Amino acid sequence: MRTFKSFITQKGFLFKLGLIICALWFIVVIFAPLIATHSTTAQDLSIRYEPPSLSHLFGTDELGRDVFSRVMYGSRISLTAGIITVICALSIGILFGGIAGYKGGKVDEIMMRFSELIMAFPPLILAMVIAAALGPSILNSVIAMAIIWWPNYARLMRSMVISLKESEYVTASRVMGASHIRVLFLEILPNSFGPLLVMATLDLGNAILMFSGLSFLGLGTQPPTPEWGSMVSDGAKVIQNWWVSTFPGLAIFSISIAANFVGDGLRDFLDPKLQKE
Amino acid sequence: MTLLKVEDLTIQFKSRQGVVKAVDNLSFELAKGISLGIVGESGSGKSVTSLAIMRLLQNANTEITGKIDFEGVDLLKLSPDEMRKIRGNSVSMIFQEPMTSLNPLHTCGKQIMEPILIHQKGISKQEAKKRAIELLRLVGIPSPEQRFHEYPHQMSGGMRQRIMIAIALACDTKLLIADEPTTALDVTIQAQILDLMSKLKKQRDMSIIMITHDLGVVKEMCENVVVMYTGQIVEKSPTDLVFKDPLHPYTKGLLNAIPKISSKVERLEAIPGTVPDALRMPTGCSFHPRCKYATERCKAEKPPLYKREDGREVRCFIYDAGEKGDDGNVTNEYKEYSNSINPK
Repeated sequence: MRTFKSFITQKGFLFKLGLIICALWFIVVIFAPLIATHSTTAQDLSIRYEPPSLSHLFGTDELGRDVFSRVMYGSRISLTAGIITVICALSIGILFGGIAGYKGGKVDEIMMRFSELIMAFPPLILAMVIAAALGPSILNSVIAMAIIWWPNYARLMRSMVISLKESEYVTASRVMGASHIRVLFLEILPNSFGPLLVMATLDLGNAILMFSGLSFLGLGTQPPTPEWGSMVSDGAKVIQNWWVSTFPGLAIFSISIAANFVGDGLRDFLDPKLQKE
Repeated sequence: MTLLKVEDLTIQFKSRQGVVKAVDNLSFELAKGISLGIVGESGSGKSVTSLAIMRLLQNANTEITGKIDFEGVDLLKLSPDEMRKIRGNSVSMIFQEPMTSLNPLHTCGKQIMEPILIHQKGISKQEAKKRAIELLRLVGIPSPEQRFHEYPHQMSGGMRQRIMIAIALACDTKLLIADEPTTALDVTIQAQILDLMSKLKKQRDMSIIMITHDLGVVKEMCENVVVMYTGQIVEKSPTDLVFKDPLHPYTKGLLNAIPKISSKVERLEAIPGTVPDALRMPTGCSFHPRCKYATERCKAEKPPLYKREDGREVRCFIYDAGEKGDDGNVTNEYKEYSNSINPK
């Protein structure tokens, strides 16, 4: 019993920690101009690759720009792109997978083959093709990423729906006269939300990284604009100057792990069996 | 007054191995305020029949023919929308497993309110909540205002089955189908639930179809009983007569398998063998491999459902004697059989 109790309190602790980190990043996104100490684009070649110091908290990069300010400003683009991508992919996936799993039979077969068609391509290349076709912009690369990402959620949602639609409470609510839409969205979806939420929060970090991949290819943001992923890849070339890639990397790490804690906690919170403990 | 009339209901499932006839030419009638027990072993087609009445066998591989007349309307011909208005409104159903029949994520109160909100357009949430609390009180849940906000996992099996009954009765229920409602409950709770159901049946003048393999439940609850075997009716008669004088060898076997307090027996008498594989039905009477009284005729021919003078119906060649009295073999068997079941 004691281990169970400490397990629960620990869970609560991680959830709170995640919430705090997310809240901090949220504040950073809104108040980036106030927090940043320098301009994000001001170059000063005399202070290239300066290690972290009081005047440059996270050091400077190859053009002498302040890494701290760039990380703060970068949160605006990286976080927005990542979160919107995941939310779009999740929504499409829930709808698509839900219908495929619930209808079953030929509909399911056709819909799932279609989603596998998308998964068959290397993700980054497909995203590149779509983003290039739509024209380079932040919005278009978010759309491209959502398009290649949703099949993962659709597959998860479908498998949840297939097992849940045979459950007795679904039959019971059909017997009550509930419509298919009601059954799918009010009975099945809430019960399959836990795994979807965990997957979505885990994917947030991946989405930020893929967005930086697109940016690197010139399809997302353009070079002077600060963006975490491209900052990491810039710094990776000069690994002896560790601060250039480490701090934006830590930013990606902190937000994805915090999102994961929150997702985990939310899943427990949504489960009434764990609520009262 | 007839409420439900099932005529020649046949349900077939197409599978890769072949066509399975789950229900074969089933016919029965149910009057208002009367309970009918449907009894049989697993795989005899009881539950499939109930799901067919609810029109919940919507699979592409399922073929349903026949007629299900409910208040003069053939349920099988209704559109999905029209059927949805009947489900949970005038026909409701409760299930065997109260543990899994409630959605774990919604409070019990919310789940009782749902059918009210679905079927009674224009009712406000406040009124629906009032109704739900009334229903909780009706099914005997203590402190209903508090229980309204609780989740299914906070309740015991008996209470959850009471919640299921409350959900089933939330609207103007005329026919309640209970699919083994007490199987998962312990004996004292079983008795309470059955009492509750018979009380509500009287109060509301509703009809109940009680699907069970427990003949004790049937004796307690039902006026009429239908005994099913491999999707067919083998015996149909008033309950008290079945217990006094079972006609079909299968019914007799079922009754013998119940332990009795009065007699001292070392072993309970079981019906030998098992229900045949639905894909490999025996020729002739489907019960003949397990039947003590089987003759050559049983192996070759399928017995029809014989109507007796007292209104009871039975599917066994033994009762062919009346029509073909000069057939010596059958008469002897019948004598032997009737002696064995009514030893004097």
